[in-house]
Amino acid sequence: MTAPSTLLDLQGKVCVVTGASRGIGLACARALAGQGATVVMAARQADPLQAAAAALNDALQRPCAVALPCDVADPSSVRDLFQQVFRDQRRLDILVANAGLMADAPIGMVTAELVARVFATNTSSLLYCAQYASRLMARGGQGGSIIALSSIIGVQGHAGQAVYAGSKAAVIGIVKSLAQELAASQIRVNALAPGFIDTDLTAGLTPTQREAALGGIPMQRPGQADDVAHAALFLASDLSRYVTGQVIGVDGGMKV
Amino acid sequence: MNNLEKLQHAFVTVMKIDPALVVDAFAYGEHREWDSLAHMALVAELENAFGLMLDTEEIIAMSSVAEIRRILGVHGVAF
Repeated sequence: MTAPSTLLDLQGKVCVVTGASRGIGLACARALAGQGATVVMAARQADPLQAAAAALNDALQRPCAVALPCDVADPSSVRDLFQQVFRDQRRLDILVANAGLMADAPIGMVTAELVARVFATNTSSLLYCAQYASRLMARGGQGGSIIALSSIIGVQGHAGQAVYAGSKAAVIGIVKSLAQELAASQIRVNALAPGFIDTDLTAGLTPTQREAALGGIPMQRPGQADDVAHAALFLASDLSRYVTGQVIGVDGGMKV
Repeated sequence: MNNLEKLQHAFVTVMKIDPALVVDAFAYGEHREWDSLAHMALVAELENAFGLMLDTEEIIAMSSVAEIRRILGVHGVAF
């Protein structure tokens, strides 16, 4: 039997993490690089992204992180990202499709612009990223792992979040379909569904909203970005080499 | 192997067809071996053979051998 520590080893692997300049994406980049992978960090804003990549390289004392600005809502920007990955790295093993946005509105105030913006960033981007990533993973014959970020809201729904919930529920449908389509190429596709995680996205909640959210968590604490990153590391590594088409909640048992 | 031979080799590898079939007029969907799954496998073979990465619009536009030659030409592959 192979030792778990060996199965976690990502040396020689190349990863792309979107939304990597902060929060869950940054934690995923750290976790993957910490196991030896080269991580291409993508996000819209170049300055914080480059600072995050530089900090990671300094922390691990090796050139493990590369910053490539990308707007995942723009298909041509996604194409440019993966073509650059091909030119620089010649391979891809792991994609963490994390970039996303949360924009809430009661159904009576949902605009077409809001729907388009949320679905472009949270949902369509996964299709475009997976399209290029799967081709890079397949062409080397080595297969790979695609990890998409859904949300507990996409699984359970929540009042006032129909657009966000729909965009994250769609992620699950895409993941389950791609898992079947890409299995023969040894590409695994899974989703993580975080619950209440302490990030910039949740920092804007009022004390009352925060208290209400925490009241629904049996483990009685908010999740941390590293909690999600550790689940991503499991799905990225050979520890999960026979796991595909799954949605893993990282939510402390939360009910919305 | 020259570039035309590489192109023919990619078709033969993916579709197990006679290389003599790989002429400009040979088109997607006109031969039962050239279906959507074979098309994606062909793209992977061509990308590996010529060391490039095509974009989605180019893959969809590759409807015949002539079109494939034209698109590869855009990437600097001369025939």
